[in-house]
Amino acid sequence: MTFQNFINLISLWTLPIIILIILTVAVCKKVHVYEEFTEGAKDGFKVAINIIPYLVAIMVAISMLRASGLIDMCEHLMSGILNKLSIPADVIPLMIVRSLSGSAALGVFSDIANNFGPDSYATKLAALIVGSSETTFYVLAVYFGSVKISKVRYAMLTGIIADIIGIVAAIAVARMFFL
Amino acid sequence: MNYIFYFLVIISIIAGAINGKLQDVVNAILTGADVSVKVAFSLIGIMAFWLGIMRIAEKSGIINFITKLLKPIAKYLFNEVPHDNKAIGDIAMCFSANALGLTNAATPIGLKAMEELQEVNKDKSTASNAMCMFLAMNTAGFQLVPATVIAVLVGIGYKNPTEIIMPTLIVTTTAFLGAIITAKIFQKLWSEQ
Repeated sequence: MTFQNFINLISLWTLPIIILIILTVAVCKKVHVYEEFTEGAKDGFKVAINIIPYLVAIMVAISMLRASGLIDMCEHLMSGILNKLSIPADVIPLMIVRSLSGSAALGVFSDIANNFGPDSYATKLAALIVGSSETTFYVLAVYFGSVKISKVRYAMLTGIIADIIGIVAAIAVARMFFL
Repeated sequence: MNYIFYFLVIISIIAGAINGKLQDVVNAILTGADVSVKVAFSLIGIMAFWLGIMRIAEKSGIINFITKLLKPIAKYLFNEVPHDNKAIGDIAMCFSANALGLTNAATPIGLKAMEELQEVNKDKSTASNAMCMFLAMNTAGFQLVPATVIAVLVGIGYKNPTEIIMPTLIVTTTAFLGAIITAKIFQKLWSEQ
């Protein structure tokens, strides 16, 4: 069995095993699993509806930002410096987009992968950036929105700093492994 | 959040005007609003499912067990939260789900953790230190196996896509630790709630 098959096997089995363990322990402890499940599930609708206003605010703002062409302008500004670090210009939009929108980041990544091919440095760097990121703005909007918090204090700044640390680390590691 | 929202909207309109893309920006309002409702609705079913499972885990004492297990770490990271609070167990479950790439499960569990953190929060409209720490760790997006990325790489005929796992793990761990340290520093510097 190759390593890759092993990984596939793990990703196939994690979910069933977690559910199996939780249910089995519960039944052993004589928990009424069906009643408790439906009781907990009741909140699903409420939570999803609660986050809509916050989600609308942040996603409208971000989709306006993406349509405005500002990201392309940043790309031009940054490309000079980043060329010196042997970072392909096409990876730059990914660095900006990944904190804003998960689906957009994945789209840009697929684009890079398809254009540059499997053996290119750009594809590998982009894979590292996408694989180690979470969409900061979306997470903040959804999580704080669900408990109706509007004063986020330093959470946004911390998220952005963490993103920058992630990008710098990705560039450094990609140079170490793939260049 | 007020300034961030204002800043994002204003700068988009100005940049849109400069680039001659004002029409696109206006259209983006509609698409953005549309997509956000779709995202919220697509969450309902999976949210209900995981909240149900989590309720079973709670009643059977699994959450309690994890909370006790993580007491020493939780004491340091979330020093304001009473360390037998079940938020700690939920936070741990959220990160395990994230680490295993179960994004669908991580969000509902994480939102449940937020709810419990909100219960011990002094000012209900302002983020507590514990919440900022939790979200800092969350936005760093710690993941053991980047399944989606591997899927794309397989799709373009990448010969050995699993070679990406190790470097990704180094990067994501660095970002994760960086996020924790940054949040800890801000916790000291930032004014009280």
